[in-house]
Amino acid sequence: QKVSVEVLDHLEHLALVDFRDSEGVERLQKAIQFADQLHVVNTDGVEPMDSVLEDRWCLYLREDNVTEGNCTKELLENAREKVEEYFVAPPGNIPLPKLEERDSFLQGS
Amino acid sequence: MAARGCGGVWRRARQRGVAGPGSGPDPSPRGQRAVACNTRGGAVPAGKSGLAPWVPVVGLEIHAQISSNSKLFSGSQVQFAAPPNSLVSFFDASLPGTLPVLNRRCVEAAVMTGLALKCSINKKSLFDRKHYFYADLPAGYQITQQRVPIAVNGSLSYSLCIDSKMSQMVTKIVRIKQIQLEQDSGKSLHDDTRSQTLVDLNRAGVGLMEVVMEPDMCCGEEAAAAVRELQLILQTLGSSQAVMAEGQLRVDANVSVHRPGEPYGVRTEVKNINSLRFLAKAVDYEIRRQIEELENGGTILNETRAFDSKLGCTVPMRDKEGKQDYRFMPEPNLPPLILYDAKSLPANMNHQQVINIDWIHERLPDLPSVKREKLVEQYGILPEHSFTLLNEDGLAEFFESVVKQTQMEPKKVIGWILNDLLSYLKQYSLTVKESPVSSFLLADLLNLLEKKEISSTAAKQVLAELWKGEGKTPLEIVKEQKLELLQDQKELEQICQAVIDEQENEVIMMVPG
Repeated sequence: QKVSVEVLDHLEHLALVDFRDSEGVERLQKAIQFADQLHVVNTDGVEPMDSVLEDRWCLYLREDNVTEGNCTKELLENAREKVEEYFVAPPGNIPLPKLEERDSFLQGS
Repeated sequence: MAARGCGGVWRRARQRGVAGPGSGPDPSPRGQRAVACNTRGGAVPAGKSGLAPWVPVVGLEIHAQISSNSKLFSGSQVQFAAPPNSLVSFFDASLPGTLPVLNRRCVEAAVMTGLALKCSINKKSLFDRKHYFYADLPAGYQITQQRVPIAVNGSLSYSLCIDSKMSQMVTKIVRIKQIQLEQDSGKSLHDDTRSQTLVDLNRAGVGLMEVVMEPDMCCGEEAAAAVRELQLILQTLGSSQAVMAEGQLRVDANVSVHRPGEPYGVRTEVKNINSLRFLAKAVDYEIRRQIEELENGGTILNETRAFDSKLGCTVPMRDKEGKQDYRFMPEPNLPPLILYDAKSLPANMNHQQVINIDWIHERLPDLPSVKREKLVEQYGILPEHSFTLLNEDGLAEFFESVVKQTQMEPKKVIGWILNDLLSYLKQYSLTVKESPVSSFLLADLLNLLEKKEISSTAAKQVLAELWKGEGKTPLEIVKEQKLELLQDQKELEQICQAVIDEQENEVIMMVPG
């Protein structure tokens, strides 16, 4: 099935990804088709794998010591705007305009 | 905290001709889903309108900051109040190429808390990413435990006073759905004048334990009491300092109402509550608001509301863009977290890399409920007394210290601690540590009383004088104000005789009778 316009819009809002044109949507469709091949395998009663390490315990535990931080200057170097060592951001999330209001949605499709 | 229980709240609704909750018997046994706050004794009659009562349902999501030196996944320091962005590592700022490394202490804190709340500890738990955009979440996702958290299915017992005289306590149970480890976000300071937000990432990445309490509570008082007990437990364990004012303990309340026998109503989430008092107020306000709305034929929106402490009400939160889709996915940079117990302990593994649940269990300190029982048993005081002793930081230790230094019976000492000392502390808004009267001085005073060198009234006078903190001893004050009780029998007889002589007429009238 094709991916609906609503789903595309929803994805663009959630991930701030821009599908741009029909080619982008086509690529998405192909990716879904590719992943759907997983359904060919019967996985009834099989526990999903979380890690190829399986039961071999490998999550490293760090001791609770202070070893990092104190690099305010370096961190702020890349900030376009700063105020007294604070990062500056817009007052709130700027949501993508609604589907009806956007004129750039799927340009070229 | 109003000690009157839910009856007081709902009376207002009843006066408007509407029945409060709690009419009819409570069909479910305590500890299961609470039907209504009618445990204050007796069925509450239906209101004038004859309508069925409303059943309020309250669940809580509590975020407790883990007490650790460094953050959950990085080595930057955890500290309240520091220069902005000074306690931030490259990972915390989500710079490319950085990876999370789990802090052992945070895992231990979560296991301790899970054990104290009688949870099953999952020997294998997983980390996930919860995606949403916000300026104080640099990565665009929070690492949490959505699929399989570290602990599940526990319970918490807490006590409530069912009358204002604090003379009768009732025990309630709230089920703990789960405890999960997750990252805290940074802090946003909103500058409305310049239409911008200032972001400080010092808090970003600090370890949190999210404790989810099932909707077993039915009013603000129960919610506040449950959180208070959790706070005491966390502080006793040391897993979190749980100071609400410093943001170390944050509570979100989920509130809904429904008619008995019908399914749960639509719930709202109330945020921005930063004290126990406000928690009780916010929950009770929201319950009333929902009841009023529904009775006026309106509907409840599944929304997030903020508590406005100045107005004492909840308001819809701005910036809420409808239902969020967090696109949960496994955290690819972290393998499963495996915990061991005495049986499953691997033979040849580096100690530092192994967390043994049984080892932690053996070393748990006495929880508040156990401490209270011990106080009652050891000193013969009432459960209500030990409840108050533990409710005030340092008071139990003060009490025990006085008992050690005096011959007076603990049952009598407790009266001086709870009635006299505590009311002075409250009057002057002092903590036990700040008390101008030390346990040594109070014990000294009580010894004088016990040896009958002064009367009880005199003792109260001396205490008032001691409170001034001028460095005088009780004995000095007694001498200064001539409060000594007369011990000499002859002297007493002389005084009595003099009084009788003066009042001859009254005595003559009395004697025949």
